[in-house]
Amino acid sequence: MSDRAWLTTRRKRDAWLFLAPMLVVLAVVAAWPLLRTIWLSFTDTDLLKLDQARWIGTENFLSHKEDGWHGVLADPQWWRSVKNTLVFTVVTVSIETTLGLVIALVLHREFRGRGLVRAAVLIPWAIPTIVSAKMWSWMLNDQFGIVNHLLMSLGLIDRPLAWTTDLLMTSVVIVDVWKTTPFMALLILAALQMLPKECYEAAQIDGVHPLKVFWRVTLPLVRPALMVAVIFRALDALRAFDVIYVLNGSAEQSRTMSIYVRQHLIEFHRLGYGSAASTLLFFIITLLTILYISIGRVRLEAD
Amino acid sequence: MKARNLATGALFYLLVAVIVFSAVFPFYYAILSSMKSGTALFRADYFPLSWNLGNYRSVFRDQPFATNLWNSLQVSFAVVALSLFLAITAAFALARIQFRGRTLLLLTILGVSMFPQVAVLSGMFQMIRGLGLYNNLLGLVLSYMIFTLPFTVWVLTTFMRDLPKELEEAAILEGASSWVIVTRVFMPLMWPALVTTGLLAFIAAWNEYLFALTFTLTNDERTVPVAIALMSGASPQELPWGNIMAASVIVTLPLIALVLAFQRRIVSGLTAGAVKG
Repeated sequence: MSDRAWLTTRRKRDAWLFLAPMLVVLAVVAAWPLLRTIWLSFTDTDLLKLDQARWIGTENFLSHKEDGWHGVLADPQWWRSVKNTLVFTVVTVSIETTLGLVIALVLHREFRGRGLVRAAVLIPWAIPTIVSAKMWSWMLNDQFGIVNHLLMSLGLIDRPLAWTTDLLMTSVVIVDVWKTTPFMALLILAALQMLPKECYEAAQIDGVHPLKVFWRVTLPLVRPALMVAVIFRALDALRAFDVIYVLNGSAEQSRTMSIYVRQHLIEFHRLGYGSAASTLLFFIITLLTILYISIGRVRLEAD
Repeated sequence: MKARNLATGALFYLLVAVIVFSAVFPFYYAILSSMKSGTALFRADYFPLSWNLGNYRSVFRDQPFATNLWNSLQVSFAVVALSLFLAITAAFALARIQFRGRTLLLLTILGVSMFPQVAVLSGMFQMIRGLGLYNNLLGLVLSYMIFTLPFTVWVLTTFMRDLPKELEEAAILEGASSWVIVTRVFMPLMWPALVTTGLLAFIAAWNEYLFALTFTLTNDERTVPVAIALMSGASPQELPWGNIMAASVIVTLPLIALVLAFQRRIVSGLTAGAVKG
């Protein structure tokens, strides 16, 4: 065996040796719990009696008894939470992308105090989700909230709005948008800063209207980065839990799939049933991701 | 033409002002509220009228908040240390060595990083119970690996891939083992990347809520986010807003300081994780 071949073999062996600890940990914390969850979804396990699991097949998903259909798939609450999740995702991600784009374009311009503005924009991102949810639930308080006060003194509304009782979904959207738009803006800004300057100079010399430059030059050029940023945000929104749970608990109006799953697993002690819901959640999210990547032709550069 | 320029300039600065106001005001208002006590809390003020630190004292006196802070610190540092250690060696293998199955592995890691945490909740719960780590900080450290590890591996791999080949070749010619190459040749060059990923992992662990809420039971094992979320008053209607705001300010100030100090690093870390992803 030549020296070189020997070296390559040794390096390949090293590679697996180096990967082993990480792979073992990932197997323990990701692969095993996922498979276990899927397995649990076919049992009637109770949270308080973990060792007494009985295999009941697909009963947790769907079953027919004398009194009608049972299981997650027959639960209108589940479908409501699927709808809530999709609405939440589409609304927040669209608003965040639009606002993120606007903020990125602002920060892309040279102006005095740009560094400070950029730092200010980072603040919502730096604040823990729980803290931002609490801060906002205080600000959105129906009676004493500053938001109602501000809107009323600006004359935008005549009566206080019931953010924490009627407008649950709106409040959640507001908080999520506030918290995550900075992430969007910074990712888009990074993409903008990598664009070739020549295109713009050429457009400027030709006297093309700035809006047209935006639609014809900027947007197509940042599209790939934008698509990736959108997918990251969308995946985050699809699994949203913290913001919603801290703001509204398990209230039906804003109950997403994650909230539904946790409610059944922990509050109702139905580990088997909850696992069935979380298995469905996993497959729905995986399916949506694959759909998005193939429809949007996002190139995930793996190598 | 000049008037029009002036108008667009003014509009631009108005937009900037709106952006800054919306970004900063909520936290400013939290600080303001944290300094108010009694009925003053329920009056809408836009400027500080008093400096009352009563809420801050009460958070430490009436709640085990110091313990919660210490728990969060321990968990976050352990998570950072463990995930960086595991990720450096793994990233070296993924970035510098050609072997079969590498692309598949990278895709799997990316897949895990996009994993919805709640999808593994029941399996994880059972495992933590089985290992006897329920209501134990070690259980949190272990479970947090599911979101910090894929991310750190991914970012360090993209970083290590861009380091020059020559460095490594010289070391190989001198007969250095892979371990020596990682620790002596690459590590010294990796500090910026390690600081960035470490910081992002720290923030993620510091902020985590779902696992911390589900896998701990007693107030003495709780981390800060759970403690804040569960702060309650005499009745559910009377939340101790002053205390909640004080606790929120305490956990947030260090984070804001860190993020602003490492602004550029963090942005480049996020873009390496996301845009290149």
